[in-house]
Amino acid sequence: MTEQRFVREITESKRRILILSFVVAGIFFLLLLRLWHLQILSVDDYRNMSENNRLRFVPVAASRGAILDRNGTVLVSNQPSFSLAVVPQEVTNRDELLDRLAKLLGLDRAEVNERWEKGKGRARYYPIILASNISRDQVEIVEENHLRLQGVEIEMKPVREYVSGVLAAHLLGYIGEISEEELSAKGFENFNPGDYLGKNGIERSWEMELHGTDGGRQLEVDARGRVLRTISESYPTVGNSVVLTIDANLQKEAEKAFGDQAGAVVAMDVNTGEVLAFVSKPGFDPALFSGKMPADTWKEYLEDKRHPLENKALTGQYPPGSTFKIITALAGLEDGKIDEKTTVNCGGSYKLGNSIFNCWKRHGHGVTNLKKALRESCDVYFYQLGERLGVDRIAAMAKRFMLGAPMGIGLAHEKGGMIPTAEWKLKRFAQRWFHGETLSVAIGQGYVLMTPIQLASMIATVANEGTVYRPFLVKRIIDADGKPLKEFKPESMGTTGISADKFRLVKQGLFAVVNEPGGTGGAARLYDVHVAGKTGSSQVVKLRDSKQATPYQYRDHALFVAFAPYEKPEIAVAVVVEHGEHGGSAAGPIAGRILRAWFDGKKPAKKESAGLKKNGDEGDAAESPAPPVRDQSGNGDNSDD
Amino acid sequence: MIDRRLLTNIDWMLIGFVVAISLLGIMNIYSATTTYKIVGAPYYLKQFNWFLFGMVVVTVVCSVDYHFLEDFSYWLYGFLIVLLVAVLVVGRRSMGATRWLSLGFFTIQPSELMKIVIIATFAKYFAGRQTVNGLSIREVLFPLGILAVPAVLIMKQPDLGTAVLVILIALSIAICVGLKWSTVVTFAVVTIPAVWLGWTKVLRPYQKDRILDFFNPERSRLGSGYHIIQSKIAVGSGGVFGKGFVKGTQSQLRFLPEQHTDFAFSVFAEEWGFIGCLVLIILYLSLVLWGLNIARRCNDRFGSLLAVGVTAMLFWHTVINMGMVIGLFPVVGVPLPFFSYGGTSMITSMVGIGILQNISMRRFMF
Repeated sequence: MTEQRFVREITESKRRILILSFVVAGIFFLLLLRLWHLQILSVDDYRNMSENNRLRFVPVAASRGAILDRNGTVLVSNQPSFSLAVVPQEVTNRDELLDRLAKLLGLDRAEVNERWEKGKGRARYYPIILASNISRDQVEIVEENHLRLQGVEIEMKPVREYVSGVLAAHLLGYIGEISEEELSAKGFENFNPGDYLGKNGIERSWEMELHGTDGGRQLEVDARGRVLRTISESYPTVGNSVVLTIDANLQKEAEKAFGDQAGAVVAMDVNTGEVLAFVSKPGFDPALFSGKMPADTWKEYLEDKRHPLENKALTGQYPPGSTFKIITALAGLEDGKIDEKTTVNCGGSYKLGNSIFNCWKRHGHGVTNLKKALRESCDVYFYQLGERLGVDRIAAMAKRFMLGAPMGIGLAHEKGGMIPTAEWKLKRFAQRWFHGETLSVAIGQGYVLMTPIQLASMIATVANEGTVYRPFLVKRIIDADGKPLKEFKPESMGTTGISADKFRLVKQGLFAVVNEPGGTGGAARLYDVHVAGKTGSSQVVKLRDSKQATPYQYRDHALFVAFAPYEKPEIAVAVVVEHGEHGGSAAGPIAGRILRAWFDGKKPAKKESAGLKKNGDEGDAAESPAPPVRDQSGNGDNSDD
Repeated sequence: MIDRRLLTNIDWMLIGFVVAISLLGIMNIYSATTTYKIVGAPYYLKQFNWFLFGMVVVTVVCSVDYHFLEDFSYWLYGFLIVLLVAVLVVGRRSMGATRWLSLGFFTIQPSELMKIVIIATFAKYFAGRQTVNGLSIREVLFPLGILAVPAVLIMKQPDLGTAVLVILIALSIAICVGLKWSTVVTFAVVTIPAVWLGWTKVLRPYQKDRILDFFNPERSRLGSGYHIIQSKIAVGSGGVFGKGFVKGTQSQLRFLPEQHTDFAFSVFAEEWGFIGCLVLIILYLSLVLWGLNIARRCNDRFGSLLAVGVTAMLFWHTVINMGMVIGLFPVVGVPLPFFSYGGTSMITSMVGIGILQNISMRRFMF
């Protein structure tokens, strides 16, 4: 019985072991299935992951191109900046090291400590920056004491240097770290987080040329992040340099002439549209934007009533005031409403319906013809002319000068100003146009707005008698070795279609403004070059009476537009002094100093610029048949006065 | 002592599988440790010495008739329980756990020996009892007690891996003896609350972490979940043919944790690919099936259960280790027999092989 049971049990046990064998085989088969899944089905994913583990891509930023002025003067370049970095994993005694560093380099022990703490969460073997922008002396000290400073590294990277400090800050712009929005925006596909790029001005508009091609190193690292070898390396290509049309000396002089006042200057070559000076005041220090901006400086910028961060030359829109009388006068001449003999009797005011429109001169100008009206800026003359013309004819003339729309100077956010028409008002305010408003427009008030760029372009077009050149800021692009890559030619946006003799009539008036007794622009007169121009004061608010008490922000803007030489114009300049009150006294002298600087600067280098001019003239000849006529007219004017 | 007839019965198949696996293991350890800073003899050489020593152990173990174990198993069990208690009291601490006992001239790991002793104890216990329809609940209560004492002591060290293995080995023997369905059901009813209790009261935070990480490796990419991810990357990136000997980037750049011990298979899988793994798994499968075959051929109930126990020990080590490496099981410190670097594992496994050889050689003597 027991024997039988025993045998049964043995066979039962053996049967069970056989079953277990199959179970075991099944489990091993499952292991194989899993391996199949990992090694055959998902091999690509895991290969990728293992490559990502082992390979690090370290980008090497390309050195940014420089920005030069028209004569090759460097305005913006790069300067190596040294940072003190430490790899925490390689440091044995942290406190000792920090003490030593603080003592050797004269650093603030607490700040260094704080930076270490802040950097601790990073990937292993990633250096923490303990001090940025350290001096070359400090670099030398670190290198001398290298053996005692285990784990300490010096990192070098190029930093943008604005050679002339605040000069042309708005024009040049600044660079900064790429923002989240930019990263996800179109056109920024090649950028990575942490990259620097132009944020404003030329730095922004010409980013693609200036940036260069970033390089990088593909490194093999181990699990601790230590670099074992370089697998591949691509060298960065230095960005191209941008040569501006700006003349650095002229720019400097313009900024100096402006002093503490707020406003803008645009100076341009009347025969090409090249912008020679582009000023917005007050300025700011672009270097502060590229690096660490102290909080109080930032606050100061924001709270300054003169708005230093605003590019007034580009985005400032001002009522042109009396400078707009040039347009009204040309509209009258072109329409046959007036000629040089037409006179108006100015009694100090003009009555239209129930409203009275005052001339700036209370007692009136008496009998006034076009030349006198321009010279003395008689409002009543232009009220009457405006009334006869109607707003739409004035607007049509302004449109011939390409006003009322951005001129396409090549910087982002350029404003277009405003040239009102009856139709526009109906659309905008659902209201018909009133005659009284036409009178305001005729003297550049009311809805009319112009940017300093447009003011400069307008006077340049008058100077060259009809061609509207697109103002431009960049003359050429050159590579790092100075080889020209692209050359920018003057571009005509159109011509006004006004005959030269009509321009001559207006120009005579503008000459008188500066050079004749009673002219409002005498402050811009030069002893050796004939300047022609027009003053303007534009109302900010309508309270004309108790002037001494007018607070800064309610004072009139002072404007002055000018060109010179009268006989053979080269340069046009527009000056806007915010709340400067009188065009003649506030803006006129600035224009005068700029022109003075231009003609002084030309003297030693006369030959070269003459050569350049000649090229410019050839370009003109291709676009308009005007030059010979202009020369004649210049001579004619001369003999007239 | 060794009968000449026994020599003619040497199980060369068994020896063959073990030698093949061990040599692959040594080769793999060579690759896994090329980037290590070596003090003294290189790891692969030390492993080779352990292997040679292991073969001596096999010879010694099979020279003594395994029935010796039947006579002394309870004594050995008692002795080991004393050692396990001693470990907790005076043991040497290493890596946050107390597993080693210094006996002056050398140190031993009683929990490791317990694996063999629990096999012998269970085999002896069940060999003396006759069951036809499987074990009832009452019949498993006493063996459960025998198991519980060392299991709890080992968990206390704490050494979850070994404790789980001891339980699995004992369970395997019980299954081989046969369990009534009612036993299985009751067991389940009791175990589930016990597991919950274990989770809340017994497991150490790091053990819980490991289990949680296993279920969700992304939980802590740089914590213990990191090991599983890196190991899967190593295995998966091996592909069909592998990256080649000493060419695995995951291992050579040391992204793998403990790559010469617990994660040795990961290195192998990366460098030799699916083909290499197939070969290695077939070798292990053959070894385990051969062990079961020895158990089946043995007409002595104690011997048969002993063989099943030893085979179960090798099987569970293999499956748990490989399962861990390829992300099927949580990370528990279980070495791959004959393959992972380490003397303890090698000697324990070789003792097991000695026992199997012992049983296999004497199958005709009975």
